[in-house]
Amino acid sequence: MDTGFIIEKFILVAVIFGISLVIAMYSTYAERKVAAFLQDRLGPDRAGPFGILQPLADGVKMFMKEEIIPTTSNRWLFIVGPGLALLCACIGTAVIPWGTPIEIGGKTIPLQVTDINVGVLYIFGVVSLGVYGVMIGGWASNNKYSLLSAIRAASQNISYEIAMGLSIIALLLVTNSLSLKEIVSKQHGFWENGWFTWYFFKQPLGFIIFMVCSFAETNRAPFDLPECETELIGGYHTEYSSMKLGFYLFAEYINMFVSSAVMAALYWGGYNYPGMDYVAVHLGPTWAPLIGTAVFFGKICAFIFFFMWVRWTIPRFRYDQLMNLGWKGLIPLAIANIIITGVVIAIIEKF
Amino acid sequence: MESLSNKKKVLEQKPLSFMERMYLPAIVKGMGITISHLFKKEATVRYPEVEREFSTNFRGMHSLKRDENGRERCTACGLCALSCPAEAITMIAAERKPEEKHLYREEKYAATYEINMLRCIFCGLCEEACPKEAIYLDGPIVPADYLRKDFIYGKDKLVEAPLEMKK
Repeated sequence: MDTGFIIEKFILVAVIFGISLVIAMYSTYAERKVAAFLQDRLGPDRAGPFGILQPLADGVKMFMKEEIIPTTSNRWLFIVGPGLALLCACIGTAVIPWGTPIEIGGKTIPLQVTDINVGVLYIFGVVSLGVYGVMIGGWASNNKYSLLSAIRAASQNISYEIAMGLSIIALLLVTNSLSLKEIVSKQHGFWENGWFTWYFFKQPLGFIIFMVCSFAETNRAPFDLPECETELIGGYHTEYSSMKLGFYLFAEYINMFVSSAVMAALYWGGYNYPGMDYVAVHLGPTWAPLIGTAVFFGKICAFIFFFMWVRWTIPRFRYDQLMNLGWKGLIPLAIANIIITGVVIAIIEKF
Repeated sequence: MESLSNKKKVLEQKPLSFMERMYLPAIVKGMGITISHLFKKEATVRYPEVEREFSTNFRGMHSLKRDENGRERCTACGLCALSCPAEAITMIAAERKPEEKHLYREEKYAATYEINMLRCIFCGLCEEACPKEAIYLDGPIVPADYLRKDFIYGKDKLVEAPLEMKK
């Protein structure tokens, strides 16, 4: 392992980390703007032109506020909770392929931090680890509401992870690979052999199940029961203040960014777009990958918008409805999807 | 029991149909509605820069009027104070001196005139009671303040500015 390789990866990690933080920051702003526009309001517009500096103002506010750690809480875990939530949210970006390998100064650099051959499983592991941040924080607060919220978050995540995993199995039957890089590169272009190459068009039901589950995994509306204000005050972050609260809120937005990226990569072609071969030939190996990356980020932003759009449309599920939907609705559907996919693949390969 | 008006409607709770249990059609419909609001005009008034106009019969802060020669109209008859249901108005009358003729229209005038804005309910009865058309509730909203004593408005705040005389 030479130094150049380490520096190259270090820069890539720093850039991706920075981008995901900035996107999470501006997601908070976008959320408020989208909410406002969907409700015929204006949203924040005081800090800078169109309120573009609002996230900075929020950040300064979060840092400046008094930090309260309840005396009855488990101090160590109380501090670990938000850190763990943010850490787990951030490391999910490591296996996502952001673009085709880019050529800079005669050197080919892959736009992916690491291509582990079980990338999908890694993402699952990291996402399910994320609930530990919520659980530890909620438990360490030593507050009934926080604890209830933590239990809700844990059971919700466990229930929906099953359906999510099953919906992915159907996808893996099609892709024959767990590596995200391969999955994305198999969706090359847009149209091939008389059908779309993007996996959404091969796995529409799987995508819908996956999307619903990722709403539940990121604790977003309509599945934001862990922070259900009417029942649980602030949920697991009731006792949190200052930047620890900020970490939790931030982790939620980074999770949203990561799951948008995963959805875009697995089902919507990632950095692939119609006519990418033409562009690759004409723009050369330096600029074409960047356009692919831009397309990928466009898809991610569209998904983030979709997350927000749903949040400001649908009311929250009741807890029994949530469990019913997860166990009696999505899991049987996902299993049916696996069987149908398997049968269809067998028929196509036989004939 | 039998309903006399025959307007009673018993709500039937049917179990959800298959389409309703799928949630998705209803969700898509709802999302269509919310996205249509993205293109609608916002209802917000950007307050400090833009102020919404009051209706024509809005009753705000009182003002004591002057006549066409710039003299105060109020003659300190006390009818406004008498009509006030909130007991917000007090005044002390004084007799006009000959050299003050250009200041006060009537021979008797209000030396002090105070309205307690915390008591006032902005009913407009003082306006109706006034025989001299001297008081009107045509001002803006009474601003907030910190001390109770600052809400007792004297003549310095109530009497409208002298007219600019045309030469």
